[in-house]
Amino acid sequence: MSSLSKDTGIGRAPAGGPMVRAEGVHKSFGLSHILKGIDLEVNPREVFCIIGPSGSGKSTFLRCINHLEKISAGRLYVEGDLVGYRQRGDKLYELKEREVAAQRRDIGMVFQRFNLFPHMTALENIMEAPVQVKRESKAVARERAQRLLDRVGLGDRTGHYPAQLSGGQQQRVAIARALAMEPKLMLFDEPTSALDPELVGEVLDVMRDLAEDGMTMIVVTHEMGFAREVGDSLVFMDDGVVVESGHPREVLTNPQHERTRSFLSKVL
Amino acid sequence: MSETADKIPAPPVPPVPPEQIKAIPVRHYGRWVAGALVIAVLVLIGTAFSNAKINYSIIPQYLTDGTILSGAWHTLYISVLAMALGLVLGVVIAVMRMSSNPVTSTVAWFYVWFFRGTPVLVQLLLWYNISLVFPVLNLGFYKNEMNQVMTPFLTALLGLGLNEAAYMSEIVRAGIQSVDLGQTEASHALGMTQGKTLRRVILPQAMRVIVPPTGNEFINMLKTSSLAYAVQFNELIKRATDISSTSLAVVEMYFVASIWYLILTTVFSIVQYYVERRYARGSSRSLPPTPLQRLRKNLRLFGSFRRPEVAR
Ligand SMILES: Nc1ncnc2c1ncn2[C@@H]1O[C@H](COP(=O)(O)OP(=O)(O)OP(=O)(O)O)[C@@H](O)[C@H]1O
Ligand SMILES: [Mg+2]
Repeated sequence: MSSLSKDTGIGRAPAGGPMVRAEGVHKSFGLSHILKGIDLEVNPREVFCIIGPSGSGKSTFLRCINHLEKISAGRLYVEGDLVGYRQRGDKLYELKEREVAAQRRDIGMVFQRFNLFPHMTALENIMEAPVQVKRESKAVARERAQRLLDRVGLGDRTGHYPAQLSGGQQQRVAIARALAMEPKLMLFDEPTSALDPELVGEVLDVMRDLAEDGMTMIVVTHEMGFAREVGDSLVFMDDGVVVESGHPREVLTNPQHERTRSFLSKVL
Repeated sequence: MSETADKIPAPPVPPVPPEQIKAIPVRHYGRWVAGALVIAVLVLIGTAFSNAKINYSIIPQYLTDGTILSGAWHTLYISVLAMALGLVLGVVIAVMRMSSNPVTSTVAWFYVWFFRGTPVLVQLLLWYNISLVFPVLNLGFYKNEMNQVMTPFLTALLGLGLNEAAYMSEIVRAGIQSVDLGQTEASHALGMTQGKTLRRVILPQAMRVIVPPTGNEFINMLKTSSLAYAVQFNELIKRATDISSTSLAVVEMYFVASIWYLILTTVFSIVQYYVERRYARGSSRSLPPTPLQRLRKNLRLFGSFRRPEVAR
């Protein structure tokens, strides 16, 4: 199963240092203060899980990592580079649209609601970014897209439009679409929350497989089983701050904070 | 409950016979009455028209008259070109209108406000008399008398096209806004720029919302282009009146022109149908039937209405 790393270059480790580093990250929307100082480090090849109650800012933090949201204060680095800004002396300069787009190429994102392009077939969805962004030839992109579809178990669904696929199949295509850009980091925002219970497993299997291949992954999830088995670290977020962090088994079985305990008692 | 076990099982219920149901269908007497009324009205109108002082016999020969054909051709191509101009400019104005830059969005707002708020005929006449404002056109590399530049064709194209752009921009804007925000995010997350996102992801999906009213706009344009007659453009109505001024067959010529408008709008309704089908890709699990397929199905239904399978 773990053939992906060889033929698609997935899982290659960057030279030293953490993959993601957040230093006192704040985010406000107008007057509402959503992230109130997040500090964390995600190492290469690590599966980093984020749990927490609804509205605690998990999605917002994830979206800051690929600059879908601008942070209001603090510093956020991916592979040692500031996200969305360039620092010269003590001044920060906003990156141009093209430079932001270039940063995002190396970060794959999988959404709760799949967000496949409905006017393209499964294969076209996966080919789109390599052809449009990397200027890859269609033949090369198609070959890789086919390989990725095989890999997520949908090799026979190449010509299907998203509306013709089940939720679990759509999410697997969405993962393949993100992988087609050969990202160094994958962000998952509750990838199984919109799925019927019997479809959750097929998506988690693909993610587990990806983790085995050494992909660096940040996973916002309510699947505690997945976090426990696959996760290398876990943070519990509440009200815009990291309340508790550690190894998933530690945090899930022996939470130190009252808020973590009461949250876990509700979801477990 | 244990004693029920050794009870003799009840005789099985006889299965429903797998025959076709033979029922008398509901009779729709109202339909027959309505149909008879419609036919009566049509006959009345028909006799009134046929008794009028209209020389119907000359209509067929003028339908293919060279002047009329050239008029129909002018109507067709000015409509297509004005629509194309309206569409391209409409997309630009729609994007400007939604831009975060306050200057561009205000300019777009005023454009729509002005061109939607004044009659097309007035706009055409303004372009016709533009030399009053700008007697000379000087583009640096090109300089000429405005009266030389503004041919009837250019006047008609600008008058109709710029007006259309105002309407199209509102249609395009509605289309763009109909596309889920998650699409933009997914596209950005893949590293696509705003422009690429618009062209590859947003507009193709917006088309499903844009195409039906655009087809409507185009059919409108085919007929609105008759106003270009006021700026000496040789479209259908101008050519028809040219003929009637010498042949004195005024009403007959309007009939001829109307038949051509009907032909053009019919052809484009069919084209529109297939374009809509094209952009419905992926929006539903299976494409709707083509008119031919539907016609065949309706014929079959009609057949079964004529010969109800009940009585036999
Ligand atoms: N664009 C925005 N404008 C204003 N408020 C926002 C915006 N996006 C998120 N918020 C607010 O930020 C808070 C955190 O939202 P976020 O989506 O990050 O929560 P979450 O932890 O992912 O919750 P869930 O588990 O429900 O997905 C919410 O109260 C939300 O209303
Ligand atoms: Mg969320």
